[in-house]
Amino acid sequence: MKTENQRAWFLVLPVLLLVAFNALIPMMTVVNYSVQETFGDNLFFWEGLGWYEQILRSERFHAALGRQFLFTGLILVIEVPLGIIIALSMPRQGIWVPVCLVLMALPMLIPWNVVGAMWNIFTLPDIGLLGYFLNHTLGINYDMTQDPLAAWITIVTMDVWHWTSLVVLLAYAGLVSIPDAYYQAAKIDGASNWAVFRFIQLPKMKNVLTIAILLRFMDSFNIYTEPFVLTGGGPGNSTTLLSIDLVKMALGQFDLGPAAAMSLIYFAITLGVSWLFYTLMTRDDLN
Amino acid sequence: MAKITLSNLRHSYYPDPKGPDDYALKMIDLDWNDGGAYALLGPSGCGKSTLLNIISGLLVPSEGRILFDDRDVTELPPSQRNIAQVFQFPVIYDTMSVRDNLAFPLRNRGVDEATVSRRVTEIAEMLEVTDILDRKAAALSPDNKQKVSMGRGLVRDDVNVVMFDEPLTVIDPHLKWKLRSKLKELHQRVRATMIYVTHDQTEALTFADQVVVMQEGEIVQIGTPVELFERPAHTFVGHFIGSPGMNILPCETTGGTAMFRGQPVALEGEIVPGDGARTEIGIRPEFVSLADSGIEAVVRKVSDVGRHIVVETLIGEDRVAAIVKDNAPATGETVHLNFRPDRTRLYRDGWLATTAGEAAQ
Repeated sequence: MKTENQRAWFLVLPVLLLVAFNALIPMMTVVNYSVQETFGDNLFFWEGLGWYEQILRSERFHAALGRQFLFTGLILVIEVPLGIIIALSMPRQGIWVPVCLVLMALPMLIPWNVVGAMWNIFTLPDIGLLGYFLNHTLGINYDMTQDPLAAWITIVTMDVWHWTSLVVLLAYAGLVSIPDAYYQAAKIDGASNWAVFRFIQLPKMKNVLTIAILLRFMDSFNIYTEPFVLTGGGPGNSTTLLSIDLVKMALGQFDLGPAAAMSLIYFAITLGVSWLFYTLMTRDDLN
Repeated sequence: MAKITLSNLRHSYYPDPKGPDDYALKMIDLDWNDGGAYALLGPSGCGKSTLLNIISGLLVPSEGRILFDDRDVTELPPSQRNIAQVFQFPVIYDTMSVRDNLAFPLRNRGVDEATVSRRVTEIAEMLEVTDILDRKAAALSPDNKQKVSMGRGLVRDDVNVVMFDEPLTVIDPHLKWKLRSKLKELHQRVRATMIYVTHDQTEALTFADQVVVMQEGEIVQIGTPVELFERPAHTFVGHFIGSPGMNILPCETTGGTAMFRGQPVALEGEIVPGDGARTEIGIRPEFVSLADSGIEAVVRKVSDVGRHIVVETLIGEDRVAAIVKDNAPATGETVHLNFRPDRTRLYRDGWLATTAGEAAQ
């Protein structure tokens, strides 16, 4: 008779411990804070779902969430098509391929706070190259520390500058994997350039674009460093995105309970949207 | 429908070719008759795909012209040549249904929907894909995908030539045979010129009425499968076609007689006079027999392939294969070989150099 036991489970124990220490336990601490009130000294009072209710009803959260969706929506609408267009116009072979790839990868190699600092200096009205040029040469009144619109244009432009390359590189990888025969067959079938894009290139790029959009959604939805360095959430609250608001609440005001509840709601939204998007995009493949 | 003429065609992938070695195609002059079933046969890298791409317009030749009937199409793009090409790996438009795939070349040319639907139904019936017309093309098996890409070629009724570039490479062996006979049947029904590129002699010989054999960018022989088998114009053809290929034996010629290892060998006819350093005797294993007297040889290997037995022998260092029906000798045994004179040819520098005897005519 075959002996059965459950000892194989011990093999996953190391991984379980690792995940517990770096993810589960910290996460449970947050859950712990989110349902209690504390005044320090390890004194806790049960709050139940009170903080969640407070966050979900707070206008401050609604505003930050709205700004967050606006920001993520804008950068996706710009970066995805722009990335595809750049990938389509990159050479497929020859000595310019590595040159283009390295140039494309450069922005992504710069640390995020450096990107924020660069753009901060770049756009200063009196000494920044762009700020000076706009204000003193073109005569456009541009100051992102005063004008919310200027601040928005700046953070969106900065993100496009920083991250379009990711879409480009992934889309390019999808494009170069298309065998020549597809293009040749399309030529013989008399397909227009648009038809080649619509029926060959886009379907072949679908998987990598799904990943690109997913990564850009998650990263931009959780963005903190660059806008923090660039605008600090201002002027006023106009560029206070979710993560900036969260840090203000948790570390600025030391409202640990509401901040914990907010971070869990924040996490649930990111996870929910990502899951929904991925499921919708890969649904066809499963059938 | 058109006759296709290739005139003084040369092609090099280098911008300025220096010697003949820089040319992927060396001087091709060839006519493809309207409605013919042709095979382009040759080993990998012999230039057959280059030739195909020149006919389809995917490549512009370095020199020479291509005529469809009397119209010069050398510079025309593929879409204006009315040709169809089926590639080694099935090319289908993943996101479209089978029906839309088949309709694609017609819709791109602005054909009205009624005609599109009629043609698609016709072609689908011919290819036996009617029941999967509304399936998404991405989910099909490789052989059905390849059928769909053939269908996209055949759906236009004005197509001048359909070209197949090793189309059965990714098809399972048991379906290869089926698809091959389907192709033959299609050719008989649509009567379009078809050119079938392959390095597989069985595929070439079963599909084509005329086989064009290529080697290193040159055409070495054009003929029916029987002609290629019986009277190869070049030792390469003799060697490439047949299983095992033709026996090629070095020989000397003295006074109009071929001498092999000091013994005269009877040939099919007269030796054509000419210069050339290297002379060889060519005889197919099918026409070598074992006898009581003749050239002495030692049996090296005997393989029973089912239909017949292949006896590999050595005469000195020269290998000679013979095909026998039964009574195979044992390995190591000494046997006597007879060459059937009317099937024994002389080759000079690789090219056939005997006049055809009466028996071969």
